[in-house]
Amino acid sequence: MTASQDAAGPGLVGTANQSPTARYQGVVPDSTMAPMRERFGAAIERVVTSCGQSSVFVAPHAAHAVLEWLRDDPDQRFDYLTDLTCVEYRDAELPFEMVYQLRSLTRNADLRVKIALDGDGPLEVASVVGLWIGANWLEREAYDMFGVVFRGHPDLRRILMWDTYQEGHPLRKSFPLRGRFSRAEQTRQALAANPEAHYSMEELSIAEAYGDLPRDMQERLAAGGRGVVR
Amino acid sequence: MTRLVEMQLSTPGVDRRGDIRQVPLGVQRRPSESVHNDFGAEHMLVNIGPQHPATHGVLRLVVELDGETVKRVIPHIGYLHSGFEKLGEYRHYNQIIPLTDRTDYLSPMANNVAFALAVEALLGVEVTERCRLLRVIACELSRIISHLVWAGTTGIDLGAMTPFLWMFEQRERVYNLQEAWTGARLTTSMTRVGGLMADIPDGWEKGLREFLREFPKTLREVDTMFSRNGIWVGRTQGVGVISAADAINFSLSGPMLRASGVAYDVRKDRPYLGYEEFDFDVPVGEHGDIYDRYIVRLEEMFQSVRILEQAVDRLRPGPINVADPRLVLPGKSAAMSDMEAMIFHFKQVMEGVRPPAGEVYFGVENPKGELGYYLVSDGTAKPVRWRIRPPSFLNLAALPQLCEGALLSDVIAINASVDIVMGEIDR
Repeated sequence: MTASQDAAGPGLVGTANQSPTARYQGVVPDSTMAPMRERFGAAIERVVTSCGQSSVFVAPHAAHAVLEWLRDDPDQRFDYLTDLTCVEYRDAELPFEMVYQLRSLTRNADLRVKIALDGDGPLEVASVVGLWIGANWLEREAYDMFGVVFRGHPDLRRILMWDTYQEGHPLRKSFPLRGRFSRAEQTRQALAANPEAHYSMEELSIAEAYGDLPRDMQERLAAGGRGVVR
Repeated sequence: MTRLVEMQLSTPGVDRRGDIRQVPLGVQRRPSESVHNDFGAEHMLVNIGPQHPATHGVLRLVVELDGETVKRVIPHIGYLHSGFEKLGEYRHYNQIIPLTDRTDYLSPMANNVAFALAVEALLGVEVTERCRLLRVIACELSRIISHLVWAGTTGIDLGAMTPFLWMFEQRERVYNLQEAWTGARLTTSMTRVGGLMADIPDGWEKGLREFLREFPKTLREVDTMFSRNGIWVGRTQGVGVISAADAINFSLSGPMLRASGVAYDVRKDRPYLGYEEFDFDVPVGEHGDIYDRYIVRLEEMFQSVRILEQAVDRLRPGPINVADPRLVLPGKSAAMSDMEAMIFHFKQVMEGVRPPAGEVYFGVENPKGELGYYLVSDGTAKPVRWRIRPPSFLNLAALPQLCEGALLSDVIAINASVDIVMGEIDR
């Protein structure tokens, strides 16, 4: 093993990780863990603490129920979804993780909930838009960047990349930094795209008035569809 | 906080029966009572942006209108997507700092500080006293310049040109201070893991004190021009309202959350950089409308001045970097003459700072809201995952709800009140 692959880092072996963020209410207390384990049993897989912040791993099938309980239980009341994201490790043997950063504004407490998924299989979890509306765009971003499918999401479309983006999900580790297609192919697709096709038919009620539109606009809308590259 | 202005302003208008009467301004104006309500025609689509000054960047809004009433707003984002999070996975921690400048480019120094804090949390390092105070100064100056841009451009969106120029004059003074300190006006990159790129130059404190003396005068002028201005009040009060419960549910943060009456400020509730030692208040709104967001941001600037005065008074000479050669580059002369220093210099430049394996979420109160950096390290010099929790992304997600039922002209005001910066939303 060369020095640059030494996992502990030069001179940092055994460094005690005393985080200056100790005031972050991150270590999950027994008042949360005990009732959660009692209620969900084996679905609560393990708790990992790093830098004074705990992550509770929850089995995928029970995740939505656990999150709902965390939001609604009068002793927990995690009413604020701080962030929702994914982590894929460079080490392919480690699972793919869904990460929910929860916060209780009323109790001033934080909790990180994780769902471990098999990175090789289909990535699919239940949507939490019904619990926190703020998850809407966050889940769309996770879908766009990682390809995670959120069951029950009201409007699961790409958000940062365009709808017709063909190259995959950019934040996956298998995605090359410069993209899958050559610069020439990317330019060709960009020039061939029909800008008007961004008025996607299903999301706009103009569809109801379709018959009244001028013929040339009808043709452009019909031909473009969702901006298929021709 | 009580509402400062309760005025009965009115303008001649036409009511629903067609009679001319005085229509009140700024008091719970309900767009559904607009005279244009019952056109009965088909809905119309209006495309705003992506290249439009009132969208504050490359934001595209597709607005569905019934007469002049907004039925639906569909934001399209991503025009400025640069893949910062992906790029970060290929860079050393100190090399990521220039990327943070380019996210929220209206408050680059605050982003630099937030990122350094996140990495230091991962390493378990506490910075020196002087560094801490200088970082507080950087954060609060960023808050001021960001809010000045907000108030100035929002004024322009609503037709007020003059205060914009006053505010940009003051903003220019902060940019001069920023330039004197970091050598850059926009892309400051002024922090390093474990410290700062450079100490402030001689006489810089004097310039800051001078700014702190002059600046509140301008703020009071802005207050005079806006807070009781009939047009401003009429166009902002009762427009773009979001309740406290909805604001929490939408994960709003910063002035957007506080204007709705939720007293959450990361500096008070999760203190970092020793904010608990500073004497300052957190302004909280009541109505959750544009006017309250304006008042909250205006008051935050006054509070930032208070924090800055305290910070500059406490500033004492001392080191700005931690005394750890694994984190901080040795001085030039040491690297040229001392063998060990040269080795550390080489390892730092070639291999970078390497935190132990672990993960941390670090949230700070940025001008736009809570900026969070979530870092996952596997023990190598490059993060496995660098997640930016972008405050304006989440704030913008509430825009369709804020605009529903408003008038088309209000969409511009509401969009301005969210205080977005597209570099951060699209990343």
